[in-house]
Amino acid sequence: MAQRKQIRVGTQWMYADEAYRALKEAERVMKQEEQGGHEAGHPPQSWIRRYVFSTDHKWIGIQYGFTALCFLLFGFSLMLLMRLQLGWPGHAFSLMKVLGEGRAPGGVLLPEAYNQLGAMHGTIMVFLAIVPLAVGAFGNYVVPLQIGAPDMAFPKLNMTSYWCYFVGGVIMLASFAVPGGTANSGWTSYAPLSIIATEGQTWWLFGMVFLITSSLLGSVNFIVTIIQLRAKGLTFMRLPFFVWAQLVTSFLLLLAFPPLEAAAVLQLMDRLAHTSFFMPSGLVVSGQVLAIAGGGNPLLWQHLFWFLAHPEVYVLILPGMGIVAEVIANNTRKPLWGYRSMVGSVVFIGFMSFVVWAHHMFLTGMGTLISAFFQTTTMIISIPSVIILSALFLSLWGASIRFTTPMLFALAFLPMFGIGGLTGLPLGLATADLHLHDTMYVIGHFHYVVAPGTIFAMFAGIYYWFPKVTGRKLNDFWGKVHFWGSLIFINGVFFPMFYQGLAGVSRRLYDGGIQYAHAKAAVEATNPFMSVSALCLLAMQVPFILNFFYNVIAAMLGKRTAEPNLWHATTLEWAATTSPPLAHGNFAVLPVVQRGPYEYNTPEYTEADFLPQHVVLAEAPPTPSGGLLPATAVAQREM
Amino acid sequence: MEAHAHGAAHELEIPYNVHPRPDTGLYNAKLGIWLFLASEVMLFGALFSSLILLRTAAPTWPRGWTFLNVPLATVNTFVLIASSVTVVLAWANLRLGNLKWGRLFIAGTLLCALIFLVNKGFEYHHEFEMHRYPRTSNFMATYFTMTGLHGLHVLGGVVVFLYFLFPGAKMWKTDRARYTNRIEVAGLYWHFVDLVWIFLFPTLYLL
Repeated sequence: MAQRKQIRVGTQWMYADEAYRALKEAERVMKQEEQGGHEAGHPPQSWIRRYVFSTDHKWIGIQYGFTALCFLLFGFSLMLLMRLQLGWPGHAFSLMKVLGEGRAPGGVLLPEAYNQLGAMHGTIMVFLAIVPLAVGAFGNYVVPLQIGAPDMAFPKLNMTSYWCYFVGGVIMLASFAVPGGTANSGWTSYAPLSIIATEGQTWWLFGMVFLITSSLLGSVNFIVTIIQLRAKGLTFMRLPFFVWAQLVTSFLLLLAFPPLEAAAVLQLMDRLAHTSFFMPSGLVVSGQVLAIAGGGNPLLWQHLFWFLAHPEVYVLILPGMGIVAEVIANNTRKPLWGYRSMVGSVVFIGFMSFVVWAHHMFLTGMGTLISAFFQTTTMIISIPSVIILSALFLSLWGASIRFTTPMLFALAFLPMFGIGGLTGLPLGLATADLHLHDTMYVIGHFHYVVAPGTIFAMFAGIYYWFPKVTGRKLNDFWGKVHFWGSLIFINGVFFPMFYQGLAGVSRRLYDGGIQYAHAKAAVEATNPFMSVSALCLLAMQVPFILNFFYNVIAAMLGKRTAEPNLWHATTLEWAATTSPPLAHGNFAVLPVVQRGPYEYNTPEYTEADFLPQHVVLAEAPPTPSGGLLPATAVAQREM
Repeated sequence: MEAHAHGAAHELEIPYNVHPRPDTGLYNAKLGIWLFLASEVMLFGALFSSLILLRTAAPTWPRGWTFLNVPLATVNTFVLIASSVTVVLAWANLRLGNLKWGRLFIAGTLLCALIFLVNKGFEYHHEFEMHRYPRTSNFMATYFTMTGLHGLHVLGGVVVFLYFLFPGAKMWKTDRARYTNRIEVAGLYWHFVDLVWIFLFPTLYLL
């Protein structure tokens, strides 16, 4: 060991003999790559490392996407059971018997079981379906490709993040089997109800701790990846809008989730160690004063919860806006209108979303001064959202639009999110909220933002990037059937909710009985219609599911028919790599970015209607007249 | 050594993993740990805010110094500050290429962390003997929750430093710069854990 000489190789010190051996190995690998394709040089990875505990961002994105889509369907089916009973109160359904005798004796849903379904529908849709789909799946798969990175900055952390999410999801599902059923205090878990609730609530809290850990690891990874691994020449103002949306989303996840983690710890202490963080003195439960120290504050939970959950609403919508912006720019064949103001708006939304949380709490008696403050901030935050929406609308101006399936979903997003946003204004005004709080109106508003808003954007993303992931295009005809059917029936489900809410129908009861006397007409006229619409909405997902799996299986059998850049897009994920991208490192050569993300129909370049971000135009002698440059495009490297 | 050369062939090279990116001036893990610490600030910030809210709303609030062990907590404060110094010395020695002293100072940091935890254990034991539990009052509830969560962070640091002291130190032979960076990043985390205690000590024991 005595006389080994050390030399510096690149960034590290190595023993000379060891460096020599590494050099030999590198030569061997390079030779193999030249002869037999890119992957041939790597020793075969085990099946588990490749498909289960993979560290490749693309495969993790697929894992996230598949898991999240399953949860989306599961959360949707919980809603269907609720809708069935809502439409026909007291009626026995044989389908309801899947919930078991404890929850639905004789096929009629018990009120407490309805609460369980409501709480779990919210939790599953928000934390297990949409955020993992929007951030985990699309973010993971697309962001590194769009910024020209070989992978995420921390691949192992990325894998850990997925598995934390998976464990959290399993805990949530397992809680259906514990005595007393799942959590039943709403997805908001308001104290003190949640603290005296059955065991399922503890499971919910443990599940949330895993989900929070997952998104914490994920958000650190995304921010570092976007800031550090941008390709050469990819300045912040050249980032695709989708990447900006993901960056702001990650900051929201990073900074808003920890207070919920703190709140979850405090609630666990209240439930398990019998502390009184959220328990007031002298609380009477079932006619008996609880034997606790008291002195706690139930409002503290609401503050901590909404400090997370309002930014969370923007976590749900911003990635959707990002996808819609990509699809619209690509299908209008024009640069986005007002890219810079959109970027400014999305950053401003990020900041403002931390100071609007108490507009969920106007009815708690926290004081008119505080209400006035949060009402003002809420009105202010609506401005940047309107700027983004207006910029997207104006992008359509004068374009010869390609009505592809992703574009249809993106176009529908605009008015649907518009309805969701506008109906939110009365809720943000403390006076109007007195009447509307806790009614079906709130459900209608929120679902317009998230269902035909975000979920339509997710569908746009699936139809848009499916060829990138699999090398096959989803069938256009069935895509359009899926789109039109979903658009019609989703409005059938949610639009009557505004009417019901204005009539004063509570969101918490499926059968208000005598309490609904004041709104009898509204309930009877609309509830069965909405429930039938919900069933039809399910039916309209069948073409999508079949279309999806048919093409996934065909792609797995090697029938990859789509051309690499079939949408003629400019961003790096389409232009600088193959479809599907290289399994190892994404790009054969890391691209060098020359220009902004949406150079469609630019006057400098006339050979095609799109000019990819990384393509180098041949240097032309300066022309005194400033006329057209000779348009000889030289691709950086043929893939 | 064979394993490393073999591993390097198929493990992906992530840019700026070891050396800073020129325009940001940071390597990946350093930016990552700062972001993580930002989220930790929000976590403890929420707990401190809760404490303030509960305390200002309470008609009476126990004074920590009347029954908590202030001298022991003072010793613990200095033990943690000393550990912050040792972890910087560990990093500085590794930067100078001195693995032996680097590891000695990592061991010193570990020792301080363990002393802190043992002292904390004595304090908890005393509270339980006096029949003061989390459920006793909101003061005790905050005391146990916040010092408990902080203690878990110290324990996390112990695990990390144990790893870098023994199995993780192998990296010194293959990638010195990266190993040194790891100690720097762990050190940043460790300073934060100290800082939390610097806030916890007056809030719970002295005010």
